[in-house]
Amino acid sequence: MKLQLIAFVSGVLFSIGLGISGMVQPTKVIGFLDVTGAWDPTLVFVMASSVGVYFLVHLLARQRGRPLLAGTFEIPRRSDIDLRLLGGSALFGIGWGLGGYCPGPALTSLVSGAPFALVFVASMIVGMLLVDLTGRRTTRQQAPAAGADYVDA
Amino acid sequence: MNLNDLILAVLGGLLIGGGAALLLAYNGQVAGISGILNGLLHPRRPGAGWRTAFVVGLLVGGVVVLLGYPGAYPAVHPRSIWLIVPAGLLVGFGTRIGAGCTSGHGVCGIGRLSPRSVVATMTFTITGGVTVLVVNHLLGALT
Repeated sequence: MKLQLIAFVSGVLFSIGLGISGMVQPTKVIGFLDVTGAWDPTLVFVMASSVGVYFLVHLLARQRGRPLLAGTFEIPRRSDIDLRLLGGSALFGIGWGLGGYCPGPALTSLVSGAPFALVFVASMIVGMLLVDLTGRRTTRQQAPAAGADYVDA
Repeated sequence: MNLNDLILAVLGGLLIGGGAALLLAYNGQVAGISGILNGLLHPRRPGAGWRTAFVVGLLVGGVVVLLGYPGAYPAVHPRSIWLIVPAGLLVGFGTRIGAGCTSGHGVCGIGRLSPRSVVATMTFTITGGVTVLVVNHLLGALT
């Protein structure tokens, strides 16, 4: 129950942050990616302060050795750069530039009732499920060790 | 972008990073939205409870923004619906193949100084920038 409460509070803080910083506005995100146009640097400041806080807390958490409520940290430990990481991220970037939404702001924007947010999230879910169809054979053959699939970033 | 936007950007970033850090420090989990959503699409995997709670929190926070800051959500989208559908498909597909999005790789991964996340974030920022260049400046008539 405590784990769920923390996750709930984490989600609330996360989406309020997305909302007040303007990251739920596709125009601002597209403006950040529009380097040759009227560039909007907002996202740089959002990233800098969020990564800064996370970095500091991560150092403290790592020093402590284990989470306050759970037995272990379920964080990805791979460090190899493979074609799936590069190709998948490249495709994600194309979608990000086309729609101005990444998953967090898109889910948060559902509450606005805007039809474009709903269409985006529905398409995004279909895109995720498509991976199951295309990837089933390879994931079974490669059988990732220790449930690596559960600890995706 | 004016001074007010800048202050809200920094404050918003602190809330995003703080929320994600809370999940790490207490639960030992990465606040990667694409991974959390994908986990919920496969409910037999462990962790459905906290993932559901996180997404409910995300929506509740979204409502708080809607009530407290009415101009936060735009009424119109800069792109046509014919671009929003492929955009969503690519974001869903790409974040699964690439194992993360702006939160998992961008905030949490870079915050842990993970080389995979640094490379992933550079990759999706570059392809996003090239996409906006093509759509806004080379195919401007289509949008």
